[in-house]
Amino acid sequence: MSSGIRPHFSAAGLRYGARAALPAFPGFIMFAVAFGTAAAQKGLSLGETLGLSAFVYAGASQMVGLEIWQQAWTPSTILTIMTVTAIVNARMILLGATVQPWLRNEPLARTVLNLFLITEAGWLVGTRYHGEGGRDVGVLLGCGIILWVVWLLATLSGFFAGALVPDPRRFGLDLVMPIFFGVMLVPLWKGAKPALPWLVAGLVSLVVHALVPGYGFIIAGALAGVAAGMLIE
Amino acid sequence: MNTAETIIASPWGSVLAIAAMALVTFLCRIAGVVVMSRVRLTPRIERGLRALPGSIILATILPVVIDNGLPAIIALTAAIVAMVVTRIDIVGLLAGLGTLAVIRAFG
Repeated sequence: MSSGIRPHFSAAGLRYGARAALPAFPGFIMFAVAFGTAAAQKGLSLGETLGLSAFVYAGASQMVGLEIWQQAWTPSTILTIMTVTAIVNARMILLGATVQPWLRNEPLARTVLNLFLITEAGWLVGTRYHGEGGRDVGVLLGCGIILWVVWLLATLSGFFAGALVPDPRRFGLDLVMPIFFGVMLVPLWKGAKPALPWLVAGLVSLVVHALVPGYGFIIAGALAGVAAGMLIE
Repeated sequence: MNTAETIIASPWGSVLAIAAMALVTFLCRIAGVVVMSRVRLTPRIERGLRALPGSIILATILPVVIDNGLPAIIALTAAIVAMVVTRIDIVGLLAGLGTLAVIRAFG
């Protein structure tokens, strides 16, 4: 590592992380409002809707979960929703793998909280900070906490007022997450050669997306990128 | 029906479903850390992990952007250009969303 700073934790880091998470707000609000609206239309109670947002806290799997949501559950439908959730969220395994060296000396309880709150957007904000030499774990946690609160509030708004929201397409908001991700690509750029695996990841995800329905293209592309990174000296 | 099935069929079934979803999601969140704390970080693995953030981004956005056609591609380009020039993430985001909104309004 180029930076000599050891991983540490500070309240100032928490505040910095909460501020650094700001560009992820529009995507989170957009997605959670859409989820709250869809959940209300599907007939879920407020408790169920907030429970999903608060404890599962993973947008794509919450949306897919709604599609297979039951009025009366059986052991097999519970097993189905559990399996589908695991498949959609398996890509999070990769996020954890990259932050492990940063969290190595953290107290267990704080790491559990940090990981419970980890999302792709928050992790990208944290990765950017880490890539610029920062090692304050508070930044990752501050980012995680604020995004979770935003997610819950937006779910609540969507549940009660989803019908009042104008067509998000008019403001380009349906693509707010991809555009935010694209923006976060810029600080990661370290030249063409380190970006070669990204190209592999993109191509593989395109192929998988064209051939296989569902969200599998994300993890397939990501794994291809990691494999390419390992192979390219 | 036995007792367990009766409980699952009651409103408690939703609580169980949410708990099941939350449990597997949390396991996905911690699995990477658990595995990597037991694996020696060789230079090869480190290279692979370093390629991951950019790879996840491209794997996530490329199919979505291409599905949405030329307006999405132009908007994404505008966002990236604005970010390269200003290095301020919120400016890049607004440039992308603004471009998309304008194209759709006049397209």
